[in-house]
Amino acid sequence: MTSSSKQIELNEVTQVFRGAAFRQIGGELTAVDHASFTLTADPPQIVSLVGESGSGKSTIARIILGLQRPSSGQVTYYGKDIYSLAGDEFNRYRKDVQAVFQDPYGIFNPFYRVDRVFWTAIKQFKLAKSRGQGQTLIDESLLAVGLRPADVLGRYPHQISGGQRQRIMLARVSMLRPAFIIADEPVSMLDAAVRVLFLNILLDFKQKYGMTTLFITHDLSTAYYLGGDVMVISKGKILERGAVDDVLVHPRHPYTQMLLSSLPTPDPDARWQDRLQVSAVSDATVVPG
Amino acid sequence: MIDHSRVAVAPRSTGDLVEIVDLGVYYNTVGGVSKAVDGISLEIGHGEILGIAGESGSGKSTVANAMLRLVRPPGFIASGSIRFRPGNGKPVDLLQVDEATLRDIRWRNLAYIPQGSMNSLNPVMRIVDQFVDVMQEHGTSSAHEARQKVPDLLGQVSLAPHVARMYPHELSGGMKQRVIIAMAIALQPDLVIADEPTTALDVNVQRMIIQTLGDLRDRFGMSLIIVSHDMAVHAELVDRVAIIYAGEVVEVGDVHQIFKRPLHPYTQGLIQAIPHVGGARRRLEGISGNAPNPSDWPSGCRFHARCPYATEYCRANHPELLPFAEAKSGNTGTTPRVACHLYHHPKEMGVRGDQ
Repeated sequence: MTSSSKQIELNEVTQVFRGAAFRQIGGELTAVDHASFTLTADPPQIVSLVGESGSGKSTIARIILGLQRPSSGQVTYYGKDIYSLAGDEFNRYRKDVQAVFQDPYGIFNPFYRVDRVFWTAIKQFKLAKSRGQGQTLIDESLLAVGLRPADVLGRYPHQISGGQRQRIMLARVSMLRPAFIIADEPVSMLDAAVRVLFLNILLDFKQKYGMTTLFITHDLSTAYYLGGDVMVISKGKILERGAVDDVLVHPRHPYTQMLLSSLPTPDPDARWQDRLQVSAVSDATVVPG
Repeated sequence: MIDHSRVAVAPRSTGDLVEIVDLGVYYNTVGGVSKAVDGISLEIGHGEILGIAGESGSGKSTVANAMLRLVRPPGFIASGSIRFRPGNGKPVDLLQVDEATLRDIRWRNLAYIPQGSMNSLNPVMRIVDQFVDVMQEHGTSSAHEARQKVPDLLGQVSLAPHVARMYPHELSGGMKQRVIIAMAIALQPDLVIADEPTTALDVNVQRMIIQTLGDLRDRFGMSLIIVSHDMAVHAELVDRVAIIYAGEVVEVGDVHQIFKRPLHPYTQGLIQAIPHVGGARRRLEGISGNAPNPSDWPSGCRFHARCPYATEYCRANHPELLPFAEAKSGNTGTTPRVACHLYHHPKEMGVRGDQ
C-alpha cells in the first residue's frame, strides 16, 4: 500500500497532557499511547473505535480532525503530515474529512436558523453557483437522511428534536460528500428508535457514496450493528483490533471480554447470574477528562 | 381503573404501595398548554421494581417529578391523585398533603435520585458531612448518630468505609453514583425513584449500579421505580415495564411479556430497534417519523402517524389502556394492559380472527 494514496494514516500517535490536574498521577497523563492505524477511502470501510470514558478515543478524533496537535507521531493524508498542510491542500483535507459530534444540542448556534449550517459550508467550499442551486443541494441532502426540508428549514435549533439535529449534521455530510466521516459518539444522546435510523444512514453512505467512517463509541452493540472493523482502546492503547464478527464474538483480550460481559442484554431471560466483584471495577481515583 | 386480578411478585393484600390515578402534568408555554403527562395511571407493589420507558420528551421524568411534587411553574399538576401507603404511616395522597407532611415523607419514605445527581454532590464537603446534612434534615438522628451510620450505608452499596472521608472529586463517576444511592437509602425509604441512573456511565460501572439497585429490593425489600430510555437496563433489572408515549402509558406488563411478546406497535418498534451483539446482522428499522408535539397531540391514537398498522379508526378514536388477557405472561400470570385498537377493537380495525 503506498502511503500517498487516499488514506488517513496514524503513525505512533501519542498525546500527553500535562498540568496541575494530573498532579496525583505524576503530573502528566498519556491520553493516547502510540496509536497506529489506517483509514482507507478505497475500499470504503466502517471502523469502530470502542472504549470507555477517559480511554483517549475522543482525543484521537480531535487529532485526526486537526484540532489537537499530537505530542509525537504523525497523522498523514496522501502521505503528508496534516499539521503541515496549507492552502489548497488544507482546504481539501477539511472538505474530505467531516465530523459528527456527540452533542446535537451544543453544535448549533442558537441565534441562527439551522439553514446556516448548510450555507456556511456551501460558501466555504464553493459548492453552488447560485442561490437556487444551493437550495436544491440542501433539499436533496435533507431528503437523503429522511428529513423533509419543510420540517426543519427556517427553524431555530431549539425548535427541532435531538434526532433531527443529528440528522441535519448527516445531511451536511451528505452535501459535502467527504471521503471520511469522523463520528464521535454521534448516537449516545439519541433514543433507541432514532439511533437505528442514524446508523442506517451511515451504512447507506458507505454503500452509495463510498464514505469511510471512523465511528467512536462506548457502545459495543452499536459497533456490532455497523459491522466492519473494530478497535478496542483502553488508557490510550489500542488493545485489540480486527473484524467485528471476530473481535466481538470471540474476544481475546481480557478487557474486551470484560466489556462484553458487562453489557446488559435486552432479554429478561438472560440476566446476569454471577455478581460483579467490586475489585473488577476500578475504584481508583479517576483523572478528569 | 386498576386491575387487581394480576398476581405480582409481592402479595397485594394490603394494596399497592403507590397508586397513580389519572395523573396530568401540564406546562404553560408561549405556544399554549403543553400536556407533558396526560392521564397516566400506574401502580407499584410492595417490593416491586417498576421500569418506566419511553423516548426523550415522552413525559417519563415528569411522572417522577410529580410523585415528589417537584413540578414547578410553568408546570402544574392538572389532574389526578397519587395514593402512597408508607410502611409506617397512614395512606396519603401525595398531591394533596400539606408541605410539612410532604417534607416528612420525602427522603424518609420516598427517596429520589434525579438524573445526573452524581454531579450534584457538594464539591467542598467530605462525603460523610453530606450524609449528616441529609439525615439531620429529614431524619431524627443526631449528628453523632448519623455519622456512625455512614460506613454501614456505604457498605450497602459496596463502598469502602474510607470513602466517607473523601471529597467528591476523588471519586469516579460510578462511586459518586453509589454514594448518591447510599444517601437515598439512608433513612430506609419504602420507595426509591431513580431517573436515568445508568446514563453516562461506562458499561462495567453501569452493571455495578444495576446490581446495587437490584440489591435494594432483594436485600432490603424496598420498592423501586427505574426511569430509563435504555430498554436493556429494564431487561436486566425490573419486574414490570410501563411504556410511555406522548404523555400516556401505552402498554404496561411483566418484563418478560414486554420483551417476548410486545403488544403495542410502539413497544414492538422499541424492542426491534435494539441492536444485539452476536445476533444475526440484519437491518433494523427503528421507528420513523418524529415524536409529536405536547402542545398539540395528534387526534385519536397519538402514535397513528408513525404506526405501520394505523387505520382511519386510529385517527378518529383515542384508545384506552385496557387489560388484554390473551397475552397473560406465563412467568407471573400478569395480565398486560395495552392502549391499542388492534387488541380491543379488532373488528373496527379489520383484523381477522386468526391474527
